[in-house]
Amino acid sequence: MSRLNDTNVKLAREIIARYPRPKSALIPLLHLSQEQNGYITREAMQHLGELVGVTSAEVYGTASFYEMFKFEPVGKYLINICGTMSCALMGAEELMHHAEKKLGVRAGGTTQDGMFTLAHAECQAACTEAPTLQVNYRYRLRVTPADLDNLIDNLKAGKLNDEFPAHGVLAKVRQTIPAERAVGAKAPEDVTESPAWLDGKAAL
Amino acid sequence: MTIVDPIKEQAPVDPNVVNLTINDKPVVARKGELIIAAADRTDDFIPRFCYHPRMSPVGMCRQCLVEVETPRGPMMVVSCMTPVAEGQVVRTATDSVKKAQEGVLELLLANHPLDCPVCDKGGECPLQDQAFSHGPGESRFVEEKRHYEKPIAISDIVYLDRERCILCDRCTRFADEVAGDALITFTSRGNDTQVLTFPDEPFSSYFSGNTVQICPVGALTAKPYRFKARPWDLEQTESTCTSCSVGCRTVVQSSRDELVRYQGVDIDPVNWGWLCDRGRYNFESVNSPDRLTTPLVKNGAEHVATSWSVALENASRMIRMSLAQNANSVAILGGARGTNEDAFAWAMLADKLGINQRDAQLGDGLSPEIFNIAQATIDETCAASTIILLSPDLKEELPVLYLRVRDAAQKRKARIVEFSSRDSGLSPYAWRTVGFEPGHQAQVVRETLTSAEMKEQLGRGQVVVIVGRPNLAENEVFTLQALAEVFGVVPNAKVLPVLRRGNVRGAVAAGLTPQNNSGDAIDILNAAAAGKIECLILLGADPMSDVADAGLVQRALAQVKNLISIDTFVNSSNRNADIVLPAAAYGEKNGTTTNLEGRVSNVVQKITPRGTSRPDWMIATELSIALGVDIGVSSLEDLNQKLVSSVPAFAPSADAKSTHGDGVLMTRETPVTISGSQTKAVDRNAYNYRLIVSRTMYDTAQSTVASPSLVGIINDSAIYVHPLDLARIGVVEGTNVRVGAEGTNVVIAIRAHNGVHRGTAWLPFNHTGVDVRPLLNIAGDVVDVRIEPIK
Repeated sequence: MSRLNDTNVKLAREIIARYPRPKSALIPLLHLSQEQNGYITREAMQHLGELVGVTSAEVYGTASFYEMFKFEPVGKYLINICGTMSCALMGAEELMHHAEKKLGVRAGGTTQDGMFTLAHAECQAACTEAPTLQVNYRYRLRVTPADLDNLIDNLKAGKLNDEFPAHGVLAKVRQTIPAERAVGAKAPEDVTESPAWLDGKAAL
Repeated sequence: MTIVDPIKEQAPVDPNVVNLTINDKPVVARKGELIIAAADRTDDFIPRFCYHPRMSPVGMCRQCLVEVETPRGPMMVVSCMTPVAEGQVVRTATDSVKKAQEGVLELLLANHPLDCPVCDKGGECPLQDQAFSHGPGESRFVEEKRHYEKPIAISDIVYLDRERCILCDRCTRFADEVAGDALITFTSRGNDTQVLTFPDEPFSSYFSGNTVQICPVGALTAKPYRFKARPWDLEQTESTCTSCSVGCRTVVQSSRDELVRYQGVDIDPVNWGWLCDRGRYNFESVNSPDRLTTPLVKNGAEHVATSWSVALENASRMIRMSLAQNANSVAILGGARGTNEDAFAWAMLADKLGINQRDAQLGDGLSPEIFNIAQATIDETCAASTIILLSPDLKEELPVLYLRVRDAAQKRKARIVEFSSRDSGLSPYAWRTVGFEPGHQAQVVRETLTSAEMKEQLGRGQVVVIVGRPNLAENEVFTLQALAEVFGVVPNAKVLPVLRRGNVRGAVAAGLTPQNNSGDAIDILNAAAAGKIECLILLGADPMSDVADAGLVQRALAQVKNLISIDTFVNSSNRNADIVLPAAAYGEKNGTTTNLEGRVSNVVQKITPRGTSRPDWMIATELSIALGVDIGVSSLEDLNQKLVSSVPAFAPSADAKSTHGDGVLMTRETPVTISGSQTKAVDRNAYNYRLIVSRTMYDTAQSTVASPSLVGIINDSAIYVHPLDLARIGVVEGTNVRVGAEGTNVVIAIRAHNGVHRGTAWLPFNHTGVDVRPLLNIAGDVVDVRIEPIK
């Protein structure tokens, strides 16, 4: 079953309660389901629709906008190699070829053992440190082919588990907002007065 | 041109009136109106794709750019998102506006395949038309266009061609905003934005055909019309849909004497341009090869084709012989399918012959008294502050009325108080939904409406009760009692009766209703079963499929000596009829029809009746002559004249023109008050399940079964219970169970449904497969069944 499990349903309800409208919680919930399954499954989207009261088509419409939500299984480690200008000048292409040979898959593919997915990426905003790559969106800078070999070997050996959690996990420590600290945002249609910083100078 | 001096500016007389100029011509608009809507009342056309007057503006296509004067000079704005303002100066055709509009069109066309020669929309395509009128003439785009799989089926009816789509958001907005079925949506937003459903979940909306109609390009096409005709080959006429009693205004289009398409027409009081899919696509049944084309008489066990003169001669002999015995030995069932004129001709014939036993309803409606209570129109209902539902599921039975009521709840904040034994399509929009077990509604209504919170709500303004027959397995008296309870609390409430058959209100008003205290359809069938009816005339009625208690109909039809049927098809009721007369179908005859609120509007002939079929009124006239009681009608005009002059209710429609367009409301009776006797159904044995039998939009109705595009959508029979009851019975979803009631039982699949309350079971009526009607022996007031697993 790739619907949310019981623990996550509980968490989902907590997240939904933070928003004035249930459907506003959709994106955090999509992350939650991606964390659970490594990607967004069909059943998860249907489940989220039920939880926040929208159709599964609307969930899919929202989720499909975001590059970081995957609808097909990806490896435990998603390796994004930047191929934009600075990195390209500093040998990103060679790095990619090297990775393809090392992993035995083409860019965009996933290794047979389900450990690695290799992908092209656009600029990762670290041009001074080119060429760069990300493993599950965590940086490695000035990467040489030897560094890459090392990285992959270490990932395989499980030596970097602390640094790189499996794909879908946003953070190792989940931050929660205690109920008494919740802001309790109003639904937009319920807002009647203008914000305090306007000091009554203009109406909404 | 008005020059407004800001210093001497005077406040407009009416604060809701705004004066502006469009292309130097003064225009008066309503405050808050959009520039494009104001411009639509002038001769200056602003091109547009995404704007639709019945949906909220989104400014997606940018085609409606116009210039508005500002203190800093002219500014380009999208006219579908900009409200009018006092003294506003709008120009829609300056050089820069033209350049902008041409630019937008060039961009829209950049990725459009321009496959107009093979596109169904070609010839009536807003993109084609506006590319011609407001486009640049040629494109600078020489690159490869985007490619998608050519049409993909997104439902049983609708095909989507994403290459042609210009992403105007009309269909997705309609699905979400108007229909409430957000089953299609923009996906992969960005460079690859496309309209799609959820993977492998069809766009199974009851209103999907409207998206095809409002699509401004050929991206959405519908199976029944694909490649059938070109728009310039179509002939068309405006008419009224009679598939149900909402009475939506339509355009009926034909090509080579065959109906090929209906389109919704926007009239304010009824359908706002929308149609349901059943009404839109069941024209296919008119073209069906199975239609009756010639009179049939029974010869031994078989029907043989014969001439009209022989058939009419036989029919009149049968009627005469039966009447000779006893005036009560002849009865007429049906008449709600035809026009007001059809019904009136038959009522006149029945009057002349002294036939009192006639009923256009088939035991699944309400007593015609309902029309004598203070009436509300659809508009009045939607403008009410409280709408009380004592009705069947409007989404299933009267779909376009559902759209109107849903809109009233969503946009006008009318509050719906729903009394229902099962969740309906309107439940998600109801302010309060109060459940009841069939037979106990009067008590529930009384207890609910007397609460303090409810009293406050009911005191806020007009209260309208939508009342119909929610459950075929329950005596109608319970609904009427519940209605009486409402009137006990809100004496000045109004009623919108929702009897579902096409022209039932017109037929009843024209006289096809029990006369001189003779019984209704069920009494007629009971009399027939007891051998008291010698000759039964089925006027477009199929009691075998429509009356819930099929056993009764079976006994009745077996006892009747002479069965005469006037129908468009051979069906289960007239299969053994002594005489079957072929009737002209919808689109094959002229006349007027009356919708559920009493609005009389015209139906228009577009094609030649199939074979030798004739309109019902003509058959009545011929029969009257053969029987020697000439009703004195020689033409439809004659008949209509007689109708409007002798039935006061129809007097407002005396001028034929009044039945065009919006139509005209019937004269209202002076309202009477309603009071109900207090009875309550027996309590349910805790082991049993109380049955709710209701119709869904797609059932085995003749017009649906005979429409190839719709027949596949009809669900298989199943019984639905609450998920917890499923566990209680000890079976899993989809298995067969034995459902038993008083001596009979049927084996049927069981399914879980969250909208069914515990202790009740819902049986959709007339679905394909297992016949559930043996269970519905409605001698009692309600039906309780046992549900047992099959060992």
